[in-house]
Amino acid sequence: MEGCYISRSCSIIGTKVLVDGQTDFNTEQVVDFNTFIKSVYKHYKIGFLKFYKMDNLSKLAFLTSEILLMGSGLQQKYSPEDTGIVLINSSSTLETDNRYYLTIKDKSNYFPSPAVFVYTLPNIMVGEIAIRNKIMGENITFVAEKYDPQFLYEYVSLLMNEKIKRCICGWVEFERTGSCYESLIYLVEKDDITNRNIKFDASFLEKNYLDLKA
Amino acid sequence: MVYIAGDNVITSLGFSTAENIRKISENVCGITRSDDKRISRTPVPVALVDSDRLEKEFAKIPSKKQYTRLEKLAILSIRDALLGSGVDPSDKRTGIIFSTTKGNIDLLDPDMASRYEDHRIHLWSAAHEIQQQIGNPNTPIVISNACISGSLAVLVGQRLINNGKFDHVIVAGADIMSEFIISGFQSFQAVSEEPCKPFDKGRSGITIGEGAGTIILTTDPPNGKKNSRITVMGGGTSNDANHISGPSRTGDGLYFAINMALAEAGLQAEKIDYISAHGTGTGYNDEMEAKAIAWASLERKPVNIFKGYIGHTLGAAGIIESVYAFESMIGNLLFPSMGFTNLGVSKDLNIIKTLEQAPLHFCLKLASGFGGCNAAVIYRKE
Repeated sequence: MEGCYISRSCSIIGTKVLVDGQTDFNTEQVVDFNTFIKSVYKHYKIGFLKFYKMDNLSKLAFLTSEILLMGSGLQQKYSPEDTGIVLINSSSTLETDNRYYLTIKDKSNYFPSPAVFVYTLPNIMVGEIAIRNKIMGENITFVAEKYDPQFLYEYVSLLMNEKIKRCICGWVEFERTGSCYESLIYLVEKDDITNRNIKFDASFLEKNYLDLKA
Repeated sequence: MVYIAGDNVITSLGFSTAENIRKISENVCGITRSDDKRISRTPVPVALVDSDRLEKEFAKIPSKKQYTRLEKLAILSIRDALLGSGVDPSDKRTGIIFSTTKGNIDLLDPDMASRYEDHRIHLWSAAHEIQQQIGNPNTPIVISNACISGSLAVLVGQRLINNGKFDHVIVAGADIMSEFIISGFQSFQAVSEEPCKPFDKGRSGITIGEGAGTIILTTDPPNGKKNSRITVMGGGTSNDANHISGPSRTGDGLYFAINMALAEAGLQAEKIDYISAHGTGTGYNDEMEAKAIAWASLERKPVNIFKGYIGHTLGAAGIIESVYAFESMIGNLLFPSMGFTNLGVSKDLNIIKTLEQAPLHFCLKLASGFGGCNAAVIYRKE
């Protein structure tokens, strides 16, 4: 099988946005997720009002993908079914599950909302990215205790080999209590369009993640 | 080549594939009206697994640990599917995939949660308990992808075997009944007041079910039931890229998935003998599916939907309904779509109304879900 290349990566963690491993935006002071993620949205001038309706997990995945794909000309070069999306996380949608549960727990204050309920599925973040970018190819959400670069590499490679020409893939985690969040998403293509020779392989993904956490 | 070496389904109709198929053959509907206030504030049709029987069956397994309802369903299902499959769960070359939408969702309740470790509500934690109980050495691969989770799990299993990662894969899926799910679909006004009637003119929504299903995949040609062997020929997934809680109006996403499945299987649409549709019973889903089926030149192929018997079993649906399709193929039987009387979609589909015999070689299984996801899988009988 021919190898694939990483055209670009984007990560949102703590107070920072990193592009290709370099800090691209940093709020410096620690604020709550909501305040932080809105400042990211404003800094990158993302004009997409549906962003405000998303749950925290989808906001994190969506903004990471937006910054990842800036200037990539996704729609021009490929047809909609040529691009796939593969995301992994650990806590599924537990933070939103708790939020939804509070709306049905108290029988005297019962107000289940479809706008909250729909976000209790982890693949909704994939759907949000697909809608925004008109991506119709292979897509899946895995849940794993920890980020598993080896498995991500294996699964994306087999899709790239047989089903798609380009893949948005990575890790988007929003912990149950909201105390920890991190994303690391890659744009993987068959050609080395950036001429940087960054091969898509498990050891690179692993090192990249460890650097991020360091 | 990826073969089916064994299977099981546990639903409101029973605890084995044979028991389920017998009930379906006898036109038994597993949906009943529940006035359990723990499930819904108002009475609602649901398809429930018999709890007393679940405890009785599970008590036969020597185990000291305490398991949740979801885990019990999955463990029983896998153990039954493994019987006679020739696949050793303790083999390092046997992988395990678990599909679920909400896992141990009952543990959101603090009283329930207090009986288990904190992490047990995580989907990977439930999968870990199941994998440990059946004595498998591999980290479970967990797929949570709305209502296509089960179909996706079969496809991922087939792909990982074809890729050489495993020789055998245990593909299991489960979801349980909860107020969480019922209230959520009710908030969308998507829950039917009567047992669901997929593709029918009078359909008015989903009936939620619960259950578990297992399909054992292997590279070794197994001894088939009635000298028939089922293989997974190919499949594909797609996204509508249209709306997070409503399907495409044109059926384009599902149409792409069907085309991918046909391409991988190396088949023309004409060769498909039978379609097991997703058929949630909502206006939008069934119409979208009908358009995709017609667009793929499959408009006159026999179609059925099993949700009228067992409700929508969510993350297990793709597995359970695939197992039913295997039995259809093996017996050359087209089972009627429970709840269907008059066609209520814009395409002239051939929905099966009465039990029919027909030679069945190639079956197409469809699934679609929230987030705009679609899956299509093609099975072959040889």
